[in-house]
Amino acid sequence: MTTFLQGLARFRRGPWENLATVLIALGVVMLMQPFFLWAYTWSFIVTLIGTVMFIITSHFPQ
Amino acid sequence: MTDTPITRLARATPPNVAARVRGLSDRTIAWLFVAPTIFLLLAINIFPLIWTIRLSFTNFAANKPNAEVKWVGLRNYERILTDDGIWANMQNTAHFLIWTIALQVVIGFALAWLINRKFKGNDLLTTLIVIPMMLSPAVVGNFWTFLYQPQIGLFNYAVEFFTGTPANSFSMLGSVTLAPWAIIIVDTWMWTPFVMLICLAGLRSIPDYIYEAAEIDRASKWRQFWTITVPMVLPFLMLAVLFRGIENFKMFDLVVQLTGGGPGNETLLASIDLKREAFEKWRTGYSSAYAIILFVTVFGLASIYVKALNKVKER
Repeated sequence: MTTFLQGLARFRRGPWENLATVLIALGVVMLMQPFFLWAYTWSFIVTLIGTVMFIITSHFPQ
Repeated sequence: MTDTPITRLARATPPNVAARVRGLSDRTIAWLFVAPTIFLLLAINIFPLIWTIRLSFTNFAANKPNAEVKWVGLRNYERILTDDGIWANMQNTAHFLIWTIALQVVIGFALAWLINRKFKGNDLLTTLIVIPMMLSPAVVGNFWTFLYQPQIGLFNYAVEFFTGTPANSFSMLGSVTLAPWAIIIVDTWMWTPFVMLICLAGLRSIPDYIYEAAEIDRASKWRQFWTITVPMVLPFLMLAVLFRGIENFKMFDLVVQLTGGGPGNETLLASIDLKREAFEKWRTGYSSAYAIILFVTVFGLASIYVKALNKVKER
């Protein structure tokens, strides 16, 4: 966990990509789940943030 | 000087053109060669994408090109993301996606595992198995409609033969509970060979000496399967899942041919609904926002998979 947080603080590619991946996956699950309408409503913005973050962070140093 | 087509061409080139070309750097010449491709890419892919993003913030209707186009901000996105109907379509898409991929991976891998062994007629069997994926989705949809007929359909008779349920007592395409499974069965039938072929490529890329070393170490077949076969086929399998996931997320033709989204809206996938909004109701701005939502989702999923694939390859 400490390594992960340090990686985030130093703008390292690995942890930031992992964070973006979690956001994308969360957004897709929110989009397609059958339980909460509010989750569906917010799904797109979560996926969009994750995807844009992924594009940017994949250019961070290793 | 030998007389070849190139030398003839060089002699035929006017001196002023030859001098101009001789003055170009390798980099410039390389750019000149790729420029047409880049231009086409921009014109066919990038420009429509940017234009769609722009339209998604307007009330534009393609069947009324002269009507005033109003800027509506995020209203299209707001309406789509609070619509119960579209939410249900997304759930239909998720149901279709999860089950088709799960079945295709399991059956495809099992078939590849079986066909990888050396036996007589191996090549013929492989060819026969891959035939479904060579067919047009429209043709597949059409003949499965016949197979699913309650009165004359072979599928219903097969079910009757194995389970005793009367063939004309159920309709795969007309029943609310069975129709989603009917489209899953057809897609699995059609695309499992594709997953099988990719898995087969993975299985054939594993060198025999690894298994021989494992046998010398007295590893059981079960252990060999989980510690050699599965990890070495995994990158190939993930690639297959990526391809099928993206394809099935935008599945259209097969389902339109089979059920047209019915009964009711039980098999109405997001892409079919999008087409109706765009080209039947002509709500271009609204459908552009819908398309952008689907695009971002597929793009995000593809990013995750490419990353996972690279990680697996690095192992």
